[in-house]
Amino acid sequence: MTGLVSAHSVVDPSPLTKRIAAIVVIAYALITLVPLLWIVMTGFKSPSDAIAYPPKLVAEPTLEGYCNLFTTRSRQAPEYMAKLPPASGLCDRISRDRNMVIAGPSNYIPRYVNSLVIAFGSTALSVVLGTLAAYAFSRFKVPLKDDLMFFILSTRMMPPIAVAIPIYLMYRELGLSDTKLGMILLYTSVNISLAVWLLKGFMDEIPREYEDAAMVDGYTRLQAFFKVVLPQATTGIVATAIFCLIFAWNEYAFAVLLTSGTAQTAPPFIPIIIGEGGQDWPAVAAGTTLFLIPIVVFTVLLRKHLLRGITFGAVRK
Amino acid sequence: MAEIRIENLVKQFGGFAAVRGTSFTIADGEFFCLLGPSGCGKTTTLRMIAGLELPTSGTISLGGEDVTFRRARERDIAMVFQLFALYPHMNVRRNIAFPLVSMGVPKAEIKRRVEEAARILRIDHLIDRPVSGLSSGDRQRVALGRAIVREPKAFLMDEPLGALDAEFRHIMCGELRALHDRLKATTVFVTHDQLEAMSMADKIAVMNRGVVEQLGTPQEIYDRPASMFVADFIGSPAMNFIRFEGRLAAGASSVRIDGAEIGVPQLREDAGANELVLGVRPEQVTLTAEGGLRGEVFGAEYLGTTQIITITTAHGMVKARAPAAVRVARAEPVGLSFRADRLSLFDAASGRAIRTALYEQPARGGRHG
Repeated sequence: MTGLVSAHSVVDPSPLTKRIAAIVVIAYALITLVPLLWIVMTGFKSPSDAIAYPPKLVAEPTLEGYCNLFTTRSRQAPEYMAKLPPASGLCDRISRDRNMVIAGPSNYIPRYVNSLVIAFGSTALSVVLGTLAAYAFSRFKVPLKDDLMFFILSTRMMPPIAVAIPIYLMYRELGLSDTKLGMILLYTSVNISLAVWLLKGFMDEIPREYEDAAMVDGYTRLQAFFKVVLPQATTGIVATAIFCLIFAWNEYAFAVLLTSGTAQTAPPFIPIIIGEGGQDWPAVAAGTTLFLIPIVVFTVLLRKHLLRGITFGAVRK
Repeated sequence: MAEIRIENLVKQFGGFAAVRGTSFTIADGEFFCLLGPSGCGKTTTLRMIAGLELPTSGTISLGGEDVTFRRARERDIAMVFQLFALYPHMNVRRNIAFPLVSMGVPKAEIKRRVEEAARILRIDHLIDRPVSGLSSGDRQRVALGRAIVREPKAFLMDEPLGALDAEFRHIMCGELRALHDRLKATTVFVTHDQLEAMSMADKIAVMNRGVVEQLGTPQEIYDRPASMFVADFIGSPAMNFIRFEGRLAAGASSVRIDGAEIGVPQLREDAGANELVLGVRPEQVTLTAEGGLRGEVFGAEYLGTTQIITITTAHGMVKARAPAAVRVARAEPVGLSFRADRLSLFDAASGRAIRTALYEQPARGGRHG
């Protein structure tokens, strides 16, 4: 089209602009994706290849890292090894090649499960409480509303870890140290301010007329909330849930401080996977790779909710 | 269907009185219009009838039952909102069925009634479509469908035509009135548009600053305004107000302005302690050579069959509605004569109409039957 082209034109950008944009995007993608790619590749290297210098770009792939991630092994004398029945599986074979036998499962799976329970638990709690609070703040005459909203926000005004010591002492007194409940409550209390503020914005956008209409149509306020408000707040709730989940899933500092055994999450566990002669880097990389999966899946699954403007066009403004 | 009776209704929001002692009765099956400028308390009154706001004092009864403090869902009324408030996550069918679902109506019955309502409103071909793709007219019909499907005691409509464009608004006015005539449902309609109110309502309550200024049929309100506010608010162009001083005794039937003797309906009370105002509708003005009040032509707006001629007088601008064929030139001196038996007189300070023979005439024939 040959027409007027101004600085604010919405016509196609010129080929040069497009090329520059493409270069910027590709460069950015490389910078952010290469470390991830390196982690994924390291998970499939042998321990010696992983620490080889100069670094090996191409190495013979092995599942040793994954085997080491899920098992604990012990070194045995060759005479003992010789007396064993034939190796029963892939990991068994890999460890026998290193003169080791599998002693039992590692703690990775329980730690991973802890992470799932704590992250999803605190996300669910944050979103449920946040939605109800945001609705109340948006719709009702709450005394000292602005002050309360500011107070809720103020809990975010310093890094949560700044209060780590008091929390540590409190948790010890309350018996919440190293418990899943304790971690869920902790992450919820950090996330709830974000949830309330984000969701209040979304709630304010939903016209009150919908609830009025539902109440005239014979529903209680609570029914109107569930049948009319919630479906329209989906986009906001999903966005909030993703933010809360990412924080709770990745949180490291409190997890190191407050958990050591039964409630330990994956982030403090993964970096300290020890093999023979120090850190078992392929196992660490394998653990990290698997750790990334839930958040990627969750975000991808809910992506369409983030993009869909569900209320678009239903009410004229 | 039911009669709605409002008595001494008051609503305070903090220190602000949105509605100050409103009383009126809406007869069973009547099409009642609450008319007034924005902020006059008409929507608040409607929301109190609906149960979405609770009054500070006063009573509301619906079909003889006191419902003042009853919740909206217990009142059995239907409401159409200005922005339609169609649930965007439901299709047309589920939107219309929504009130029936809350009543626990069996599925087959819901289907039958929803389809019947859709047929009445001629949206049966859209019934399984999402509401977000509909035109504003069709959305309006879906909102009406959701109201009529339940056969409630009354319909409340809060500026339901406000979101439509002018052309379509005119069509919907006709449709709404036709729907009302078919269903014979008590309807309360809130609007700030006098044309909507005049063309549809059986009875109009003109509200201003939280009080009902006048209650009556469209003809009564137009011909015999009870206050300057009503006279000014109704009619386009608005009524001319000619301010003058002078004492008038009960029984007088003319006023003297600038030495001109102007006939008015016979007074039934003394007046003139304060400044007075003569109210003249543009169609009650004729341009004559011998007219007592003199002025000169300021301009004319051509409207097809008629024209509005603006005349400058010593008492301000006066607008006259004249046949389009009358030819006037700018700055041409003219005389004005008025239709004596239809003029209104007001007390300028209070804005109240002065009692005259005008208010004893029967209203001109009603249109809606």
